[in-house]
Amino acid sequence: MGDPMRIRAAENNGIVEVKILMKHDMETGQRKDAAGKLIPAWFITMVSVKAQGKEVFAADFGTAISKDPFLNFKYKGSRGDKLLVSWVDTRGDKRSDEASVS
Amino acid sequence: MKINLIKIFTISLLIALFQLAYAQNNLDAKFEKMMASGFKAEGIAGLDRIDQDETQKFCSDPIFVNSKQGAIHALKIQNLNMASILQPSDGRFIGDWKRGEVIAQSGRGGTWTDKPDAVNGGGCYNCHQIDKKEISYGNLGPSLWNYGKSRGYSQEVIAYTWNQINNAKAYNACSNMPRFGHFKLLTQEQIQDVMALLLDPQSPVNQ
Amino acid sequence: MHANAQSTADAIAKYREMIADGNPAELYEAAGEELWKKPAGPKNATLEKCNLGLGPGVIKGAAAQLPRYFPDTNRVQDLESRLITCMSTLQGISAQEIIDAPFQQGYKKTMDDIVAYVVTYSKDLKVNVSTKHPKEKESYELGKRAFFYEGGPMDFSCATCHGSTGKRIRMQDLPNLTTPEGAIAGWGYWPAYRVSNGQFWTMGLRLNDCYRQQRFPFPIYGSEVLTALSMYMAVNANGGVIHTPGLKR
Repeated sequence: MGDPMRIRAAENNGIVEVKILMKHDMETGQRKDAAGKLIPAWFITMVSVKAQGKEVFAADFGTAISKDPFLNFKYKGSRGDKLLVSWVDTRGDKRSDEASVS
Repeated sequence: MKINLIKIFTISLLIALFQLAYAQNNLDAKFEKMMASGFKAEGIAGLDRIDQDETQKFCSDPIFVNSKQGAIHALKIQNLNMASILQPSDGRFIGDWKRGEVIAQSGRGGTWTDKPDAVNGGGCYNCHQIDKKEISYGNLGPSLWNYGKSRGYSQEVIAYTWNQINNAKAYNACSNMPRFGHFKLLTQEQIQDVMALLLDPQSPVNQ
Repeated sequence: MHANAQSTADAIAKYREMIADGNPAELYEAAGEELWKKPAGPKNATLEKCNLGLGPGVIKGAAAQLPRYFPDTNRVQDLESRLITCMSTLQGISAQEIIDAPFQQGYKKTMDDIVAYVVTYSKDLKVNVSTKHPKEKESYELGKRAFFYEGGPMDFSCATCHGSTGKRIRMQDLPNLTTPEGAIAGWGYWPAYRVSNGQFWTMGLRLNDCYRQQRFPFPIYGSEVLTALSMYMAVNANGGVIHTPGLKR
């Protein structure tokens, strides 16, 4: 189970703005450690956001996404929507967190 | 009556001065203890590095430095530093400006994470503008753009610049500039190369 | 045409504004909240009785009044020094193990999280550090001396970089820590998340890395000199608004 995410979501005129902070090292596999050895690749591959059970956002992440990714997007929704944010990484590690739209 | 008052005043003053001196000495002792117990040796950085030489001791007291006696003592410090500067063993002052630019760009060396065989840089761009093409420069020191072009290439300028890089405290006792020759931060050859960056008429700095 | 230094500095300021939303320090804060409330150590206790100067467990405003004198340890302590006391006395964790842990690993990672949590509860408050107690006054004076203490092969003191206004090293602005405005720019913005290396740095790590670049030997974590320097900066920053946890380049 990965580290907890921070999710903020606020509705305004039928548009919900979602801000998500994920905790992840997002190693590209190209960095070297202090001893000169390659640090193995380890990054989030898929992110999915569901609102009221329906998918409103899906993304394929790769090595271009930096450490501790911050995601910001909008969808058509309502105050009180139940959000479920999930990610999977290259090690098969997962994380899911819930939040309500304010 | 009057004589007693003077006696009382004088004794009170002496007690106050003694207390002040004692407190100051007490603080000195506490400070020394704090510094001695606050650090440990790590990598190439040994505890000898917090032993101060005369210059460092003097410049650590800004109140004294700015006083009348301080100004007099500063001259002593400057002379001390000037006397210790080594002139180049091969008589050459100007080296290779291309290597000089590399030395000026590198801030490596001397820290506890640096390996003992690492090549030190001069870190010159940390504090100075040098070649105008480099926009990432600090302002802790004056701009050195057109250094030779504006000062000329006389033996006097060359001698002054050599001394300044080797030991800036020879001219300004409490200069913020490190003493690159004095503490062997840069080799003689490296200093000759930095000299070239500033004083070779072909250097980009002088275009 | 060469870009001038001012337009470069403005562009960097704009970049900072853009990334200010979603400070990853919040991730450390969330982890810190869990650690504060979770039983740990040989005594299997939480940190909920930890006294940071405003009473056991009081976090709101605690960072804003640190460093301060503590009667139970009879000395002035800063946040990290005091957390070492709490973790060792309440939880039974070895203080030396916390001190010896490499930065950002093991007990130092625990420290990062808890520090992020505690300082969040002083965000937007004013620095309010007292020098009423004689040891507090003394700590300030010792810190001032340490600030101006030149050493190492480059003759650097803290004042070399942080003793004048309007200075920068390369493109990094240097606050003048001897003035109220400069002191709050430093003291009020660390601990912070550094975007350039994706790391959360406490004030303890910030001071450690300053001394490294000054070519000094290694300052011992939690030692009196670090507390004294913190005291010097904090008192100079008194009345200024706290922005921690900050976000840095």
